[in-house]
Amino acid sequence: MAGSKEIRTKIKSVENTRKITKAMEMVAASKMRKAQDRMRASRPYAEKIRNVAAHLSFANPEYKHPYLVKRDVVKNIGLIVISSDKGLCGGLNTNMLRLSVNQMKSWEAEGKAISVSAIGNKGFSFMNRVGANVKSHITGLGDVPHLETLIGTIKVMMDAYEAGEIDQLYISYTKFINTMKQEPVMEQLLPLSGEQLGSPKGHWDYIYEPEAKPVVDQLMMRYVESLVYNAVAENMASEQSSRMVAMKSASDNAKEVIGDLKLVYNKARQAAITKEISEIVGGAAAVS
Amino acid sequence: MVNTVHIDVVSAEASIFAGEAEFIVVPASAGEVGIYPNHAPMVTSIKPGALRIKTADSAEETLIFLSGGLLEVQPGLITVLADTAVRGHDLDEAKAIAAKAAAEEAMKNRSSDMDYAKAQAELSEAVAQIQAIERLRKKTH
Repeated sequence: MAGSKEIRTKIKSVENTRKITKAMEMVAASKMRKAQDRMRASRPYAEKIRNVAAHLSFANPEYKHPYLVKRDVVKNIGLIVISSDKGLCGGLNTNMLRLSVNQMKSWEAEGKAISVSAIGNKGFSFMNRVGANVKSHITGLGDVPHLETLIGTIKVMMDAYEAGEIDQLYISYTKFINTMKQEPVMEQLLPLSGEQLGSPKGHWDYIYEPEAKPVVDQLMMRYVESLVYNAVAENMASEQSSRMVAMKSASDNAKEVIGDLKLVYNKARQAAITKEISEIVGGAAAVS
Repeated sequence: MVNTVHIDVVSAEASIFAGEAEFIVVPASAGEVGIYPNHAPMVTSIKPGALRIKTADSAEETLIFLSGGLLEVQPGLITVLADTAVRGHDLDEAKAIAAKAAAEEAMKNRSSDMDYAKAQAELSEAVAQIQAIERLRKKTH
């Protein structure tokens, strides 16, 4: 039986680990609530801009934005991969990356070239390690997503689309369903499909000020940006809740381990006492 | 009964204002535009400046500073899609170049082709680990 001192040290160390995982769990829980609020706060804008885009795509025949035009031949594909910056959040990034890699493999089999844009450290270092063609990346987003920091990365992909370097743009991230459930998804960003926009209620043509093209260009750019921003906000909420669950199970496990160790420790202690008593009794019997 | 129109001011990160307005003044790219209820449908871009909203229930005008964005007027509904950041073609361009340069820098030292076998092996290992841990947990209970 191991020495009681060693077991005591072991218990202490597991207890310390448990303190950390417990603290991380609570931090993640409070961050999760905020992340969820932010995710919800970004919805009205997305909804509004989608309505406007839907109206425009129906109302304006004189200028068709390239984002709305489907290309006949798809040879090059762009993919925006959204992951978390930090680990210790269960299978969040792994599941999303697996989905992405499987899809990328089937694209590759069809002879399509793929370029990747990575948002978040985990996805970036993974894509980099396995040798994907990473066109742009942004890491270190922090807890609050800011559109300003995302613009550059998104613009690289949108420029590539406009220049004809890519014919389709996809985005993969982890969708927040509820605290216990998050799902990796891959969605098509460009070209925007009509169904995605939905059909508007009522018909009217707008007055464009100063003229149609720049306004529509700006609107379409904002629309795509807001979709990406939404995905990032959703991914962050998923990250926090996934981390909370992972840390909760780590704390539970630590508790169990501590229980087991304590049992072993008490057994060892009892054995030592029994041994001592029997030695004393034996000694006393020999003397008398 | 005063004639009013519903106005929503939203940005990508938050909803800023929603309510009934009698009159608004928007800093549009072609100059300030005043809009009363029953305005014709219109779309225009906004340049940095103050958005003034005259609501029905207060004498004071509500002032909202915008760093840019889009204005959409529908029959009976005005939407202001505000930018959260100061935007400009050159600024955006600079950000795109920075994001690109960072990626190129990071990509310098490595083989050029994507190694799918390696990627999938790595991921399935991680998934297997997670599943093993979950199974282990279920067993102990």
